[in-house]
Amino acid sequence: MSNYIDIIPILLEGLDITITVLIGSAIFGYLIAFLAGFGRLSKNFIIRNFTTVYIEIFRGTSLVVQLFWFFYVLPGLLGFELSAYLIGVIVIGMNYGAYMSEVVRGSVLAVSSGQTEAATALNMSRFQRMRFVILPQAIRMMLPEFGNYLIQMLKATSLVSIISLSDITYVGLLYRDANISEGVAVFTMLLVMYFIIALPLIGLTRWLERWASKGVATE
Amino acid sequence: MTWDWSTVVDVFPHIFEAMWTTLGLTIVCFTVALIVGGIWTFLKRVKFKPFNWLISFIIEFIRSTPPLVQLYFLFFAWPLIPYVGVTLEPFTVAVFGLGIHFSTYISEIYRSGIEGVPKGQIEAATALNYTTFQKWTKVILPQAIPPVIPMLGNYLIIMFKEIPLTIVVGVAGMLTAAEVYGVNNFEYLEPYTLVAFFFLAMSYPSALFVQWLERKLNKRHESDNKKSTKKGVTTS
Repeated sequence: MSNYIDIIPILLEGLDITITVLIGSAIFGYLIAFLAGFGRLSKNFIIRNFTTVYIEIFRGTSLVVQLFWFFYVLPGLLGFELSAYLIGVIVIGMNYGAYMSEVVRGSVLAVSSGQTEAATALNMSRFQRMRFVILPQAIRMMLPEFGNYLIQMLKATSLVSIISLSDITYVGLLYRDANISEGVAVFTMLLVMYFIIALPLIGLTRWLERWASKGVATE
Repeated sequence: MTWDWSTVVDVFPHIFEAMWTTLGLTIVCFTVALIVGGIWTFLKRVKFKPFNWLISFIIEFIRSTPPLVQLYFLFFAWPLIPYVGVTLEPFTVAVFGLGIHFSTYISEIYRSGIEGVPKGQIEAATALNYTTFQKWTKVILPQAIPPVIPMLGNYLIIMFKEIPLTIVVGVAGMLTAAEVYGVNNFEYLEPYTLVAFFFLAMSYPSALFVQWLERKLNKRHESDNKKSTKKGVTTS
């Protein structure tokens, strides 16, 4: 049992990378989600089709393939290297952003049309309608789903270990390579650590679900 | 690095061949997920609180930890566990690692399908003196299965996109073929782009098919409702 506890400080060395990649890709992902979500609702033909192509490419190919592509191919195309950290954040953010943009689009469309009509009757501009009437209600619907995707993103951060970023998975693998008999302890503790990081996120999602369903008039 | 068509011609057969492994693996993984998902749903219906908590904990644990680490665990750690551990082939690791991970999502889908069957139906079946087995095979499952099929289809596509993950335990899928070719020929652009294209070419049409299926099932459901309202039957 003692070797299980001895491994914790070793794994903790990678914790900062795991957490910062999670925070970075979450912020970037939510940003993309709103941009692409509104892009698909746009009246402009070019913007709408451009975002549709982006969403389908990122949802249709695999996250692992995207990571490999960005890591091995992109530097050659661009002529300069991006850091592995930046690639991790960008790829996870863009991939989950594409998925979450559908959540944004769906929530905006789910706000009942009577609300829009009432706002129009009050002589609100298109921007005002979105800002004061539709978005406050739509965001309420989005948040629980955003919480779910946050847990998904946490799991996805483990993939940055394959592009040699030293997150907790990478640190654990290195340690196992040096001490092969410790395999069970290393991977058990890794699973436990991911679960412990996920626990507050699970709680947050449950709370958001309750909060979002409270006091909402249903038709 | 510039795009070279002769490389594409060269690498295409390798990736095309590996595609069958990826597809086959997806099917086998999905079958495992469907079966294990059913087992979870069944276990969760056992009405004994502590057992219920235990099952919920296990499911939550599997769901919220990365499949990557679960694959590593099965591949590197499982053989070391005394008495139970046996060395597993990469293919078996992939099948059980991803299959069990996805079974936790799929059991949620089953649950939503079962809960979607109106309570009155089950009560009516009880009133007709159906046995539990008859209730499930004749009343609940026939109504629970059709609405969840599109959702299961979605998970089949998601699983297909997770298969490249198994590269870490050395399963020879499309991504592995591209990597091997890239390392041997110092050409990365064409192989990886081709793999991405293959994934898109397969998952996008499948996603469209699932959407179509969903719309079709919805429409049938609506027309069913209309028909029964006409006959003066109220539907819940």
